[in-house]
Amino acid sequence: MTITEKILAAHAGRDRVVPGENVWIDVDILMTHDVCGPPTIDIFRREFGARAKVWDIDKLVVLPDHYVFTSNHQANRNLDILREFAVEHKLPHYFDAHTDEYKGVCHAALAEGGYNRPGTTLFGTDSHTCTSGAFGLFATGIGNTDAALIMGTGKIWVKVPETMRFVFEGELPPYLMAKDLILTVIGDIGIDGATYRAMEFDGQAVYDLPVEERMTLTNMAIEAGGKNGIIAPDEVTIDYVKSRTDSGFKPVYGDEGARFHSERVYDVSKIEPVVAKPHRPDNRATVSEVAGTRLDAAYVGSCTGGKLQDFEAAARLLKGQQVAIDTYMVPASTEVQRQLHTTYVDGVSLFDVLTDAGCKLGKSSCAACLGGPVDTFGRTHGNEVVISTTNRNFPGRMGSKQSSVFLASPYTVAASALTGQITDPRNVMTSA
Amino acid sequence: MKKVIEGRAFVVGDSVDTDQIIPAEHLVYSLTDPEERRMYGKYAMSAIPSGQSGLPNGDIRFTEDGSTRSQFVIVVAGKNFGCGSSREHAPFALREAGCEAVVAESFARIFYRNSVDGGFLVPFETRERLCDVVKTGDVLRIDTATGELTSVTAGVSWLLDPLGEVAAILSAGGVFAYARQAGLITTGSDQD
Repeated sequence: MTITEKILAAHAGRDRVVPGENVWIDVDILMTHDVCGPPTIDIFRREFGARAKVWDIDKLVVLPDHYVFTSNHQANRNLDILREFAVEHKLPHYFDAHTDEYKGVCHAALAEGGYNRPGTTLFGTDSHTCTSGAFGLFATGIGNTDAALIMGTGKIWVKVPETMRFVFEGELPPYLMAKDLILTVIGDIGIDGATYRAMEFDGQAVYDLPVEERMTLTNMAIEAGGKNGIIAPDEVTIDYVKSRTDSGFKPVYGDEGARFHSERVYDVSKIEPVVAKPHRPDNRATVSEVAGTRLDAAYVGSCTGGKLQDFEAAARLLKGQQVAIDTYMVPASTEVQRQLHTTYVDGVSLFDVLTDAGCKLGKSSCAACLGGPVDTFGRTHGNEVVISTTNRNFPGRMGSKQSSVFLASPYTVAASALTGQITDPRNVMTSA
Repeated sequence: MKKVIEGRAFVVGDSVDTDQIIPAEHLVYSLTDPEERRMYGKYAMSAIPSGQSGLPNGDIRFTEDGSTRSQFVIVVAGKNFGCGSSREHAPFALREAGCEAVVAESFARIFYRNSVDGGFLVPFETRERLCDVVKTGDVLRIDTATGELTSVTAGVSWLLDPLGEVAAILSAGGVFAYARQAGLITTGSDQD
């Protein structure tokens, strides 16, 4: 069996599962946020009663993150609904907005909080919940109804997915990031190329990456329609998790001879910096093919591209220079926001590098990745052309239906911010 | 699940994502408040680029300005309908507008699951690329038991793929009703 199959079998109380069969499994962590939490709570109360108890308060993680910094009345009411529910149920893993507890984007916070434990199952009311699979667990996005079912019972039905294997061999060239690898894959297999399937990532280039970069791979599994993304844990994973939690876990590895739906092997030395052109994540082009495209704004942020390494990469290119267009930077989490002050490029903090270059820094949240209320930081309002480290570029995704979004790595976004047009990072990299 | 679903078709192309079905800025509304939930009907399918909205000609609004209900009962789509965000607000918005079924070449996984488990609408798959054949405004009739789709307008019928194992969940009215019928959960607040 593959890692995904072994984790599902263990959580179904079975020795073995086969792709295609439906199994009811035990859930180790349920995560919800301010957009889908309130309707989930409504369904939970409707189905289990107004005074129903959450199946296990130690396994429910509530992370407001989507619409936190807005004057929108209904959005703020959703924050209130989460708070009241958390108080009523005495939830220990609730991180209230506008307090010192606030974490920022849920997928970053799940990693930082030690909730992504190898060998476990994690479900969240957000399609990018697949991000957590970078730590060797089964993690996937669900809707409000399924989340309410878990909230009351701790169980959910799952169709066991076939696994597609993606192997990245070789040493990653200094101008590439995980974002280039996953955009290459999505361009190859298409926006629905992994529908109903697990995407397992392997190979030397993957294991050379820090966990945050691995998270970029699994994060975008959903952009190919994947049910989950997964990377077998190694020492790097285990050290990270142990530094974040005292809870025990048992890593799970695939069997020798496990059956895969398919396998693709990439020599990373041959991969080019790429973008996804408007308006689909699989609309891939090499940066050189679209170089010179005029831009109105650049954006670094979100669960995909708002991690510490993403800002470090941007800062390496922006240091001592000035951006030519509006450049928005939104740290995924408050931890990353703090780390911008304590992480240095050539002796200068990332925060200073980025602000000196003229970037506008926003507060940690999902922000303009998904448009949001009209007063959202960095959101599009007209026919802007944007290059972004985020995950989706469907029509209207970043706010305005008239705007166009190119998805790219933090290197490519930073290089393009300096020139105001799509620019190959190799053209502005002074040192490797 | 109704035995027969009948009404006008609204036709769209491939990979219509949930941001197009219900844009993120509208996700702030309550799904239970009787007045506020109508906003989901008002804004359903409102971010589909106008040229792609109501094929083959486009420029047709799913829900007309000033209304919260759509005149269209069946959405006909190409591949990968409902990809992107996992927001259950998407099938909810379609249902709130009055849509009862989506017929597509294929669905994104989470949208499909949300449609079934929430009991919002019936997602039918078909190997025929009906979005190139059916025109927006055509009157369609689906026999949900046999899977026969008839275009009353064109006088043509097609056989949709069987619903398979999800038929039981849809017949029950959603995953909660199904799980109770199957004895998988017991009503009440005292869970283990």
